[in-house]
Amino acid sequence: MPSLKELRGRITGVKSTRKITNAMKMVAASKLRRAQIRAEAARPYAETSKRMMGELASTVQGADVSSLPRLMVGTGKDQTHLLIVMTSDRGLAGGFNANLVRKTRQYISELQEQGKTVKLLPVGRKGAEVLARYYPEAIVETMTSDGGQGASFEQAISIASHVVKLLDQGEIDCCTLLRNRFVNAMTQVPEQFKLVPLPASEEQAQGSASGEAHYEFEPNEETLLAQLLPRNLEVQLFAALLESAAGEHAARMTAMDNASRNASKAIDSLSLKYNRTRQANITNELIEIISGAEAV
Amino acid sequence: MPLRAEIVSPEKRHTDCEVDMVVVPGTEGDIAAMPGRSPVMLQLRGGVVTLYQDNKVLERHFVGGGFVEMTADHCTILADSVKALEDLSVDDARQSLEALQEQWTNLGTHDYKERESLARKIQAVRAEIETAERLQRNAF
Repeated sequence: MPSLKELRGRITGVKSTRKITNAMKMVAASKLRRAQIRAEAARPYAETSKRMMGELASTVQGADVSSLPRLMVGTGKDQTHLLIVMTSDRGLAGGFNANLVRKTRQYISELQEQGKTVKLLPVGRKGAEVLARYYPEAIVETMTSDGGQGASFEQAISIASHVVKLLDQGEIDCCTLLRNRFVNAMTQVPEQFKLVPLPASEEQAQGSASGEAHYEFEPNEETLLAQLLPRNLEVQLFAALLESAAGEHAARMTAMDNASRNASKAIDSLSLKYNRTRQANITNELIEIISGAEAV
Repeated sequence: MPLRAEIVSPEKRHTDCEVDMVVVPGTEGDIAAMPGRSPVMLQLRGGVVTLYQDNKVLERHFVGGGFVEMTADHCTILADSVKALEDLSVDDARQSLEALQEQWTNLGTHDYKERESLARKIQAVRAEIETAERLQRNAF
């Protein structure tokens, strides 16, 4: 049985841990609110842009691949896949990073079974560390996510320009983004979606089958797409960064809430033990005194 | 058949309503979206987007470039930035014009991409000044 002093020490230890986790929870909660507002504000633009690109992609289905920009249709092959994996820079966020990394590994082994080559571009230190351990030769570049400081559009631009460069050099054929989708403060779902080639929107694909919706372009197709496609990529990445940042804070908040609650529980049971031990000691002493008095 | 008009900027969705006609400033001139139009995608220059309902102006927004998608039943504007007309200020715009022009002179001769995007920004700011001045003269 632990001594009273030991128990006291453990109680103070758990109490200070609870203080820390509680503070982290508060910080995460206030950061979450800001991140959530930003993520929600950016969503309509990203979604509209995505829908527009989907419609555009479905109208060019079956067209000659080499005549179209690579950002739109890829290189026409399906051999080398670039995966952008968005995790957080800092840990203590529950299963936030682990879930996404698990999903990434699953996807990578699927691709490798099909004989594809996988390249990785992890954004965020936590994911980068784990992925570097499993696939050290697949990583082309790592970036930090700045999730704590709030994602910036410049960062989205730098990721996008990297993707464009790799694509133009013909080093990759497809590009997929893996990130946590922010559902609510309790739930973040790891998800993947294709960035290159552009996925055709389903409803529109049926429409184009009947020969509908063939776009005219102004000033001309080439100029417009050269502007629109990189912009769309940047916007999608930016929205994903914001969403991932919001998810990170939410996950941390939930994890720290759990930790604080567990700490409280541990304190309760330790206090009970402490009081019992103390009482037992007192009873012991009394018994000793009384039996001593009786013996006299 | 009404036309659904949407104006979205990276900050937020500014308008989402049903109208009769939308006039947008394309890079090659203003163009109107009306119900039943054949689908077109175009690049915007800086200028004023006007929404019409029952032959009256419903709303006006200043956009600083972007893209528009027009189809038979909707007109979606992805604007780089959107400002309410009453928020436009000649002085602010003049200041940013000066800053941009300085950037222009500092650019190297081979930075075609930067020059292109800068040229678009300068056009947008000039349009802003023009619109603000027109507003002061009550010329709308």
